[in-house]
Amino acid sequence: MGRIGFFIKEGFRALRRNAAPSVAATVTTAITILVLGVLLPVFFFTQRTSEGVREQLAVKVFLYDDATKQEIGALRQRIRGLEHVRSVAFVSKAEALEILKDRLKDPGVLRELNTNPLPASFTVKPDDAANLTAVRRELTPPGPDGRPKPISGIVQNVVDAQETANPIEEVTSKLKIVLILLTVLLVIASVLLIGNTIRLSIYARRREVEVMRLVGATRWFVRWPFMIEGVLVGIMGGAVAILLLWLGKLIVVDPLADSFTLIKAQTDTDLAFPVLVAVLAASSTLVSAIGSGFTLRRFLRV
Amino acid sequence: MSRLRRKTPADELRPRRGPDSPIVELHDVTKVYPGGHVALERVSMAISRGEFVFLVGPTGCGKSTLIKLLIRDLDPTEGAVMIAGRDVAKLPDKKIPHLRRNIGTVFQDFKLLANRTVYDNVAYALQVIGASRAEIREKVPETLRLVGLQSKVHSYPDQLSGGEQQRVSIARAFVNHPPLLLADEPSGNLDPVTSIGIMQLLYRINRTGTTVLVVTHDREMVDKMRRRVIELYEGRVVRDEVGGGYTEESTTEFGMRMRAEMGVGVEGHTNGGVDDF
Ligand SMILES: Nc1ncnc2c1ncn2[C@@H]1O[C@H](COP(=O)(O)OP(=O)(O)OP(=O)(O)O)[C@@H](O)[C@H]1O
Ligand SMILES: [Mg+2]
Repeated sequence: MGRIGFFIKEGFRALRRNAAPSVAATVTTAITILVLGVLLPVFFFTQRTSEGVREQLAVKVFLYDDATKQEIGALRQRIRGLEHVRSVAFVSKAEALEILKDRLKDPGVLRELNTNPLPASFTVKPDDAANLTAVRRELTPPGPDGRPKPISGIVQNVVDAQETANPIEEVTSKLKIVLILLTVLLVIASVLLIGNTIRLSIYARRREVEVMRLVGATRWFVRWPFMIEGVLVGIMGGAVAILLLWLGKLIVVDPLADSFTLIKAQTDTDLAFPVLVAVLAASSTLVSAIGSGFTLRRFLRV
Repeated sequence: MSRLRRKTPADELRPRRGPDSPIVELHDVTKVYPGGHVALERVSMAISRGEFVFLVGPTGCGKSTLIKLLIRDLDPTEGAVMIAGRDVAKLPDKKIPHLRRNIGTVFQDFKLLANRTVYDNVAYALQVIGASRAEIREKVPETLRLVGLQSKVHSYPDQLSGGEQQRVSIARAFVNHPPLLLADEPSGNLDPVTSIGIMQLLYRINRTGTTVLVVTHDREMVDKMRRRVIELYEGRVVRDEVGGGYTEESTTEFGMRMRAEMGVGVEGHTNGGVDDF
């Protein structure tokens, strides 16, 4: 009985020494790659929606009705010359009314107006969402009294959509920061656990390593097998993650894509699945190579 | 694999100071182990190319320490160890593998790779120098035949007797025909017949041009070998002389004489392949 107990104990010790760290490293790498596999498409998606939001970001420059054609033309030139301005589009009084009519469900309301109350305007788009305020400030530089004053006498009012755009930007960028932090932590965990696996492997084979060195093996000749061991752990983790993602795609995303065109468009255009798989496989290899390389440098200074 | 340039062994350990310069030189070498034990004290010696030299002395006198200094497994505390005219201590770390590839070493504790077969253990010494598969397939069986282990090719070290492990170790040390062969107690714990077989094998290797340094504490055998003997006692050289009429003789003559002097019958087993040439 004591003998069997001894063998079981020895068996568990061997398992703890060799299998457990490799399993832990494989699982952690799998989780990392899995999170990365979910994160990358989400990243692309949020990037795209915020680009949509950005597309709508603009400063509206409303003009007085008595502005002449020459004055309008001159102002357009001037706005074009400003910094950070990507485009300037003129919306005449009549066009503004048309747009409004399109938006209203009951155009009859407008028929009751005899005149067109809408002013003509310029839609000024910044080259980048972050420059919206800068463009606005350029359009309303501080006057002699220090208060903002429109750059031209024909400008009635300058309005921008910043107030509505910013919260969206904030939410997506905060989400991104959280996701990036999560990924970074997971990558660090994977690197450390793979490193630990290799360290234990080096320890288990330290005598062998000594012999190899004594018969003239170079440092890297001894290191390569360990490196490969680490990368294999990483690739195994990556393979598990990719398999899970693929199952997830088959079971969850694809059926949804059939009923929701948004998801379909998303999966079709932004990040093709094979590309994602390639990126993930490369990341798992890279992460494990870094983990084992780092450990070999530290602990196999033979 | 290797970043080191491959050269033929004959090319290696080329003398720096003309062809007659010693292949091994020790100048006032002292080795003090951490903890203060003085293993070697002001040891000087010179071994010429092609020599067959015995290093003898009682246990603990510093013989293995000297071997370790030669392959730079250890650094001397004082003095200089020169191999082929080059100060081993001044070799950059990168060059150490290069040095070790050119010195075949039979370690006192064999230092075989436990999870590799006899074949793979011997092949490893060729793999580290980046030998081709064809070269490995040719040289490994040839060398295993030389040491008489052709029937144990697929065994693992723990399935071999002590003498067989020793011969694997010799095969590995010699497989790439290094210009210098160091053998630390290659006949320790072996019966006289096997000892003579191993000595005969080393003598045969020596006759191919390889310089051989054999460590042993078997003074009786050494006295009968009629070769140069360097004796250490408590870390100092106390004797360095050619014993009893150094003569040129063939391996077979050598073997027969040794058997006669050691009182071992000629009909005793031949240690597979050592005699057949
Ligand atoms: N790593 C070490 N640290 C401290 N002392 C050591 C170390 N290695 C050897 N020694 C001591 O140095 C002395 C010489 O050791 P060495 O191994 O060279 O002896 P040896 O001549 O080879 O003996 P043997 O015939 O038993 O193999 C011994 O007294 C030994 O205890
Ligand atoms: Mg010794």
